[in-house]
Amino acid sequence: MSKFQALERYENSLKSGYRLLPFRFTQLSGDDYVLSNLVGEFVVLKRSVLNDFSKGCLLPHDPAFEELKSKHFLIDDDSSVVVDLLALKLRTKLAPLANFTALHLFVTTLRCDHSCPYCQVSRANDDRQEFDMSEETALKSIDLAFRSPSQVLKFEFQGGESLLNLNLIRFIIEEVKRRNAEQRRDIQFVIATNLALLSDEAIELARQHDVLISTSLDGPEELHNRNRPRPGNDSYKRTIEGIQRVRRELGRDRVGALMTTTAASLSLVRGIIDEYIAQDFRGIFLRPLSPYGFAIKTKFYQAYDQSKWLEFYFEGLDYIIDLNLKGFGFTEYYAAMVLRKMLTPFQPGYVDLLSPSGAGVAAVVYNYDGDVYASDESRMLAEMGDKRFCIGNVHSNTYEEIFLNDTLLEALESSFAASVPMCSWCAFEPYCGADPVFHHATQSDFVGKKPLSAFCNRNMSVFKGLIERMNSRPEVREIFERWAYM
Amino acid sequence: MIVLGTQSARYSGEIPVFERRAVRASTDPYRPEALRKREAFLVNGDSVPEGFGWYIFVNRPVTAVNAPTIELPSDFDFLADGDVLRLTPTKNSLRVLFRRNASVNSFLLTERCNNFCLMCSQPPRNVNDGWIVDEILEALPLIDTDVPEIMFSGGEPTLLGSRFLDLVRACKSYLPRTALHILSNGRSFSDPAFAKSLGDIGHHDIMVGIPVYSDLAHVHDYVVQADGAYDETIRGILNLKQTGVPVEIRIVMHKQTVPRLSALAEFLTRNLLFVEHVALMGLEMTGFTKANLGDLWVDPADYAEELKRAVGILDRAKIKTSIYNSQLCLIDRSIWRFARRSISDWKQEYMPECQSCAVMDQCGGFFSSAELKYSSHIQPIPC
Repeated sequence: MSKFQALERYENSLKSGYRLLPFRFTQLSGDDYVLSNLVGEFVVLKRSVLNDFSKGCLLPHDPAFEELKSKHFLIDDDSSVVVDLLALKLRTKLAPLANFTALHLFVTTLRCDHSCPYCQVSRANDDRQEFDMSEETALKSIDLAFRSPSQVLKFEFQGGESLLNLNLIRFIIEEVKRRNAEQRRDIQFVIATNLALLSDEAIELARQHDVLISTSLDGPEELHNRNRPRPGNDSYKRTIEGIQRVRRELGRDRVGALMTTTAASLSLVRGIIDEYIAQDFRGIFLRPLSPYGFAIKTKFYQAYDQSKWLEFYFEGLDYIIDLNLKGFGFTEYYAAMVLRKMLTPFQPGYVDLLSPSGAGVAAVVYNYDGDVYASDESRMLAEMGDKRFCIGNVHSNTYEEIFLNDTLLEALESSFAASVPMCSWCAFEPYCGADPVFHHATQSDFVGKKPLSAFCNRNMSVFKGLIERMNSRPEVREIFERWAYM
Repeated sequence: MIVLGTQSARYSGEIPVFERRAVRASTDPYRPEALRKREAFLVNGDSVPEGFGWYIFVNRPVTAVNAPTIELPSDFDFLADGDVLRLTPTKNSLRVLFRRNASVNSFLLTERCNNFCLMCSQPPRNVNDGWIVDEILEALPLIDTDVPEIMFSGGEPTLLGSRFLDLVRACKSYLPRTALHILSNGRSFSDPAFAKSLGDIGHHDIMVGIPVYSDLAHVHDYVVQADGAYDETIRGILNLKQTGVPVEIRIVMHKQTVPRLSALAEFLTRNLLFVEHVALMGLEMTGFTKANLGDLWVDPADYAEELKRAVGILDRAKIKTSIYNSQLCLIDRSIWRFARRSISDWKQEYMPECQSCAVMDQCGGFFSSAELKYSSHIQPIPC
């Protein structure tokens, strides 16, 4: 008689059966269903297996049973530590909420040298100073920023063309640093600029204070100049020269670029990606066009529908996947951010995909005139005449009045995805976000009817597309894991 | 093969009265006289400096000195400056407690254990061996402070309770620059107070190596032959994390653990991503492994793909990962960079097949016990 016991002796689930832990499921396509648990772990099952599982009649030696047990979709008498692990993972996912507002956007001026038809904020294309932020407004805004409990504070300067008010940027940076000598927080500065007016002074300021440069690059020269007109029609040339100068003088990782998708972009996704590769970027954010500002006024937004954007996105994504399979590391940042939610215990802070919504919580905007907006999109909405998400003014409201603003609280509460019809039972809820500003803009309702929501439709398609790609091809899953843990 | 103890040490001269004592060995003829009285001099030539407490003659005739002498067989040729020895004159016994030149020195704290692993290389014994702690407490102050790392193993070291904590405190006090690596099954740390008392010691460089054999509780419990062990181990790891003690996960690869190796890797990335290190270890053909060979043996060539998958998952999640006790010809070339030469120098051997191998000097080789059974796919890597 051996002093060792057999495996069956330890397998209590053979006798006890199992109980379900909270999970949601959504059809992928045909017979395939995706199940997700509280913290975004997922399993893809056939409909019949899902059926057996939910009825409690899946057998312990079924491979699906073992996968569901390993990923914490069920609990049996073998182990109770599952619940502790789930709780720990949930706390990890929710932990960033306690930091409250880290990103503080300063609109230093509305003036701009470009006249982009899709521009999402109004522009004042002249030399009048009335669209510039004043030092008084900046000081009051800095007061509010330092009221945030976040240990990390990111100050981002936007426009218009932010560099047209360089003196104010310098003023703000110096004031923030002066105050931080005592506060000792982790401070980061970002200047969003089209780089057309990059001066020696701007470079020197960025060098001195470790400022990150964020710019716009829409694609190859012809597309970029068509999207982004300016006197001389030389936006592309100036942007590229600016990027190269920042790399040379500040460091190759000190500049990032964002592209905006227009109707003209839709057939050119490979060319756009190739442009980013040629400019030595190691990734691209294939962005949808948002429905705000001039984009709606000029009918650009209606110029192409959701399915055309999705075709554009997936053509680009598959092209990028292919580059990676051939050994060239290049990332699509929107996918990377979603994959971080799907494949890791972390919760990325990307403002548009947070629930509760990131509006006013993860980021806040101080407009040139002192108005405070819950997000960049809220400011765009206001420029169109809807000031619903203007949550106060730095000169007339206190920190408490601004961040406990009724509209903001109502929007956050009512749009919380885990309690919203259709979101609350959607398997993609752990990956998705709440966007009360978008749904207010498009449906005049913080929650919105999801079947009519471009936000819902677009993200569902992206989530499905990502899961299907990594599920059918292990080599794609490996690439996705790399992106998720970047 | 290095012999660490003997029952045939010949003591002579005026032996002080004690049951046993730890002393530091020296080869330094210029050792300050103030230290000589409490040390043993390893005689290695004609010059015999005066004043040492003991003189040791390894495989050489004893010459007249003014102090007790110990004569040892040639097995002890390896003795070197800084080694720490336990002397038991009444039993003609001598044991090497610490070897200055070994890459890692491991102290077995107890032979008792609350697991009974199928592949245990050090089968537990339920004996009263509390004297071991006293001996180590005596030895620690004699170890040179520039030693990079020491290890506590067992049995299960934490079964010693507060005595275990005393040992960790002694390491912190007497070896302030030495890393301490503790091999434990982690179950004792499921008591948050016990985990916290380890964290509260504030050791400068500690790591607890804890085995997790499966993502499924019952498989782990079967491998360690203890129902409920998995839950206690996982809770222990979480409690250690809570109190700031770094944890390493150790996985022995065999027939019971290999089928779910990549599932386990994924489980670690989702649940225990905070661990410092994951070690994937080949099976050592010793201890209980011999009795359970049929339930444990799987040719490493047959799990090479699964190992590659698991290492990839851990590496992409940025978990520091190592492969121990494996031979390069049995693992995919793409994961060679994770393979470490981990087998202690005196246990490491190579097979006849290895003689023409171009990478033998980079390969971990075999435990000497591997003669019992090793892969039929061992083959020389050509230049």
